[in-house]
Amino acid sequence: MALSLREYRARIRSVESTKKITRAMELIAASRIKKAQLRAQSAAPYARELTRAVSAVATYSNVDHPLTTEPEESNRAAILVVTSDRGLAGAYSSGALKEAERLSEKLKGEGKEVDIYVSGRKGIAYFTFRRRDIVDSWAGHSDQPTYDVASEIGAALIAAFVAGSDAGERIEEGEDVPDVPAVDEVHVVYTRFRTMLVQEPCAVRLLPLEVIESEETPPPDQVLPLFEFEPSPEEVLDALLPKYVQSRVFFALLQAAASELAARQKAMKSATDNAEELIKKYTRIANQARQAGITQEISEIVGGVNALADANAASE
Amino acid sequence: MNVSLVAADRLLWSGEATVVNTRTLAGEIGIMANHTPILSVLEPGQVDVRTADDGHWVAAIDGGFISVANNEVSILCDRAEISHESDFEEAKRKLDANAPAPAGSADTDGDA
Repeated sequence: MALSLREYRARIRSVESTKKITRAMELIAASRIKKAQLRAQSAAPYARELTRAVSAVATYSNVDHPLTTEPEESNRAAILVVTSDRGLAGAYSSGALKEAERLSEKLKGEGKEVDIYVSGRKGIAYFTFRRRDIVDSWAGHSDQPTYDVASEIGAALIAAFVAGSDAGERIEEGEDVPDVPAVDEVHVVYTRFRTMLVQEPCAVRLLPLEVIESEETPPPDQVLPLFEFEPSPEEVLDALLPKYVQSRVFFALLQAAASELAARQKAMKSATDNAEELIKKYTRIANQARQAGITQEISEIVGGVNALADANAASE
Repeated sequence: MNVSLVAADRLLWSGEATVVNTRTLAGEIGIMANHTPILSVLEPGQVDVRTADDGHWVAAIDGGFISVANNEVSILCDRAEISHESDFEEAKRKLDANAPAPAGSADTDGDA
């Protein structure tokens, strides 16, 4: 017994308070997941309608738009990494960051320069610690993202992309090109929420947009509606596509939020379990130490009594 | 016809309606049943809907889209406030809280 009983008791108390904290965090995360899922559900109608509208325009008109045009050559890419603001979520943030690094290596391998955009303090800390440049970052909303944040991020990414698509021409025309580094493609790395137990980091290309032409097949007795576009297909598309991008970013943020909370709940649950395990172990050791102390005391008393008896016997 | 008003973060209203009045970039538009399919950009302003059960509501929207096809009307916008849900006092308080910002600069969506 290296430590005294008192020290074991102190350890048990400290683990118990850790357990209380992790248990509380687990419960908070669990209740927030429900909210996050609800939020993801209520954002679904908008995304669905928007997708439908975009594919309608794509199907019924042959309009090229800067946001959908593949650049002839791509030599600069932007990656938006969605991480959490706070830790204690197991491997959640590091999973997304690892995926981002993998994608960044791949893009660099293709001879592209990579610009990093980050959402979430963990990601910002990761890149600042490694003295890597971050073009733009957002934080403070990772577990409950709002559409405003999503549209801000979307606008920044679109600005960078649009700057890339016509920067050459504009410089020739002597225009001022905005200060953002122009990129030819934009990727988003976020954690997809599959189930409460499985969340996987994934990377998708956001820009140029790949517009899926109408996936809806009309009912057999109807033909697909022939849309009229007001004021014009170009203008409708002009207004529609940025919204589409923003809603995709919003979707990524919502998924990431749900994943973060699920990861946190899982991590906190295993922390609570571990704390219970530790408490059990320490209680056993402490009991042993206590028993050893008692045994030692008894044997000291017995030894003392015997010695006294021996001494008395000898003196008589 | 079936009308739904969808904001970015939730579905505000969905149901049967007889007339939808609103304003697009091209001008006022009124939609009744069997309207020709149309996809149009909306101006920030209001949407005025007469429901099938003789009800009526208006909503404030910050721009967006309207799409009409097969008697399905969907109005999409970033943010919307529907008349029977909004609280005038609350809105006024919020407006006062944001007083330094000039009125009408409410649209913060940064279309690039």
